[in-house]
Amino acid sequence: MRQYLKNTWEGIWTIIIGMKITFKHLFVPSVTIQYPDQKVPLPERVRNRLYVNMDDCIGCDQCARACPVNCIDIETVKSTPGENLGQTSNGKKKALWVTKFDIDIAKCCYCQLCVFPCPTDCIYMTDVYEFSEFKRNELIYNFSTMQPGEVEEKKDNFEKFQAEKEAQKAAAAKAKAEAAAKAKAEKEKDEKSKNNNSKSSSNDVS
Amino acid sequence: MYESLVEITGLEIFAAFVSAAMPVAFLVPFVIIAVYLERKVSAHMQDRLGPMRVGYHGLLQTIADFFKLIQKEDIVAEGIDKKFFNFAPFLVFAGSYAVYAALPFSSKYIGSETDLGIFYIIAISGLVVAGILMAGWTSNNKYSLYGAMRSAAQIISYEIPTALVILSIIMWTGTMSLATMSEMQTAYFWNWNILGGPEWGITKFVLIPFLLVAFIILYVSTLAEVNRTPFDMPEAESELVAGYHTEYSGMKFAMFFLAEYGNMFAVSAIVSVIFFGGYQSPFGYLGNTLGIEWLVPFEQVFWFAAKGIFFVFVQMWLRWTLPRVRVDQLMTICWKYLIPYSFVNLLVIGIITLL
Amino acid sequence: MALKTEELVLNMGPQHPSTHGVLRLEVQLEGELVTKVTPHLGYLHRCFEKHAEAMTYPQVIPYTDRMDYLASMYNNFGYVIGVEKMLGIQVPERVEYIRIIMGELQRIASHMVALGTYGLDIGAFTPFLYLFRDREKILTLFEITCGARLLYNYMWVGGLSHDLHPDFERLTREFISYFRPNIDELNNLLTYNKIFVERTANIGVLPKETAINYGITGPNLRASGLKYDLRRNDPYSIYDRFDFEIPVGEGLVGTVGDCWDRFYVRVLEMEQSLKIVEQALNQLPEGDINEALPKRVKPPKGSIYQRVENPKGELGYFIISDGTVNPFRVKVRAPSFVNLAILNELSKGHLVADIIAILGSLDIVLGEIDR
Repeated sequence: MRQYLKNTWEGIWTIIIGMKITFKHLFVPSVTIQYPDQKVPLPERVRNRLYVNMDDCIGCDQCARACPVNCIDIETVKSTPGENLGQTSNGKKKALWVTKFDIDIAKCCYCQLCVFPCPTDCIYMTDVYEFSEFKRNELIYNFSTMQPGEVEEKKDNFEKFQAEKEAQKAAAAKAKAEAAAKAKAEKEKDEKSKNNNSKSSSNDVS
Repeated sequence: MYESLVEITGLEIFAAFVSAAMPVAFLVPFVIIAVYLERKVSAHMQDRLGPMRVGYHGLLQTIADFFKLIQKEDIVAEGIDKKFFNFAPFLVFAGSYAVYAALPFSSKYIGSETDLGIFYIIAISGLVVAGILMAGWTSNNKYSLYGAMRSAAQIISYEIPTALVILSIIMWTGTMSLATMSEMQTAYFWNWNILGGPEWGITKFVLIPFLLVAFIILYVSTLAEVNRTPFDMPEAESELVAGYHTEYSGMKFAMFFLAEYGNMFAVSAIVSVIFFGGYQSPFGYLGNTLGIEWLVPFEQVFWFAAKGIFFVFVQMWLRWTLPRVRVDQLMTICWKYLIPYSFVNLLVIGIITLL
Repeated sequence: MALKTEELVLNMGPQHPSTHGVLRLEVQLEGELVTKVTPHLGYLHRCFEKHAEAMTYPQVIPYTDRMDYLASMYNNFGYVIGVEKMLGIQVPERVEYIRIIMGELQRIASHMVALGTYGLDIGAFTPFLYLFRDREKILTLFEITCGARLLYNYMWVGGLSHDLHPDFERLTREFISYFRPNIDELNNLLTYNKIFVERTANIGVLPKETAINYGITGPNLRASGLKYDLRRNDPYSIYDRFDFEIPVGEGLVGTVGDCWDRFYVRVLEMEQSLKIVEQALNQLPEGDINEALPKRVKPPKGSIYQRVENPKGELGYFIISDGTVNPFRVKVRAPSFVNLAILNELSKGHLVADIIAILGSLDIVLGEIDR
């Protein structure tokens, strides 16, 4: 019986306590805000959409390698010695044409791992967080500043340069090979007696 | 209302139609306001803002929602009993709307001036159970079935303490008509039943604590009858998803919604009529002091609505404060606590009335 | 006359308001009585462990964030000290302290979600929003420090991604003094409420022996009355320097190890975590956080099992290295996964509404269960 009355009393009393608390909160100013009209100021270290400052990018591919979800896609073309690509803001010399620098923001997980390895601090996270799109394709951001024609040109340039180099190299190699063949022929005559030794050593290795 | 209209026009059908349609004019705006109020009350209790976009501080939000509900596709899932599925929301609404026939909105307006008002209300609210059971059973959904079963058990159980408390009040006041009951508590707030009624004497003061208990029992059991938290077993969103109206959408869902809010006001009005003087003003009427006769009924409607809305507010307040009880505890509260207390109360009030 | 009855099979979830994500429970019911509960997993499986094999060691950290997404800091913590042990790195004092501050703040935030959603499961909506309001304050502390609110990637092998924000200490102290009274408010509003007590006391009683047999850890185990906390029993980092108590379930309103105890232990743990944060802030040394940051994370051949006391229980990382930059295998012992196993045992013979109460009191996170 005592327990019965106690239960009744506790039931009523705790409900009254609860009601007192909620009633007090009726007059507490709200903590929520009217979002698109009002916005919470973001802290300075905020991590939102990635941005790449292409003026500083040297195409080193370190960010793409650090990315755990492979959302950064970089393609580069080497410059020919005659071309001047300028310098980055912290004094590094650019040596690569960055023909493609795509970030698939739909894949990005905002972990900031790409930001730290960058030698020129050209990739960083901004405070832009409203960038939804209707199509997923539109979330692939192309940062490269080069025009498609330009890219072709640079590729051709490099290939030409490469071909020239190759030709030079081939010529040099040919000359070298001829010289070597001559030398070899002379050597073979001289060192027939040592043949046995070299054979045995090669057997050991295998 | 009905009788006077018949006298004036002589057309019975017209009179019946008009007096039946009158509560709609009250109910629809009330529901719109109550849904808005519910959102705002819950929001401010939780340190939020609630609807703010549609109209000034979201005043038109409910109307926007209403239009949204109309436009929604009326989904009828496979394997359900279509006839009864479509019929159930209307039955529920009819049950809750029928209660309004006996509510005295003012001394001049009452849908039906029956002498058995409160008896009629207790009887007709059983229709809601049938509707809910129908909705749950025909939905072909296990959650709905559970919700409906719980709801039937709950509403029927809680009718007993309600009836017992009302019985004790009827014993004491000697009338079953809600209009007469309100009239008895006329003039000032110390004549209200919760404060011992209009007759001065020792009994008035002796009765006060028992009437208070009676009030709490009646309020709790009516809360359970309209399925509000902490007794919202049939809906119990965290357990049964949405209970008996899980499968409903669009306008049919809106019907349930309308019925729920209609019920909320109906039971609040009954509580206010029985204990708080119904349409009577607590401080006398402005119309009487100024000598403007026609103002009085309007004042009465205002007081009636204000008292009703206050109790609706308390229902909301409770809802946003309390957790939900479990289904067996619900029965425990009813059978082990409310019914014994109301029996004792009935006896005591009966004895005091006899003396 | 024996009436032939059939058991009802109810599929709760994966779309259900209170299965805490995408858990599917196959519940066999006899009327409203539960005879069997079978949890079905895998709706949130993201191949964490397989992914980790293709990543380098630092790249795994963002993935650990996404396991128990309510306690990301602590997931980082466990993984990071595991790898550090393999590499033999001793991190600077300041880093240790910052890690502990972050970890304990994260514990509070995680418990807030646990308590709030538990209130929600029982039907009380308001405490949930009060707790989330306060949780936002903790998330703001994280945000000013590392820029993210939910998935931090803050603790690195050998250090941290950022040093503390200059305002951090002041704001944290403000938060502590702000939050202490709110715990009392929560208790008055929810914990001691008669309806809440009735709903949770003597429900889902987990005896100590059963808990041990099932391998339950964390607050769920402590609620059963066993004082077992890895911060004390197997101290990692610098937890041995702090003075704090380990709350255990005492059965104040019911039996030891019931749902109410599991709830209340979390409330008490929040207070203890506040205490630890306060002490750590007082002792916080100056220093460079990047001192021990390795150039290349390439642990020698071998394996390690590192366990930490995650807010949900014992979080273990079993890392095998084959001497390359990628881990050969990362196996996670997820506390929620192990704790979920007890569900069937606990809910037998209870009502449908109690399944929700029991499931909520176990505080599972599906991201961690499915990984």
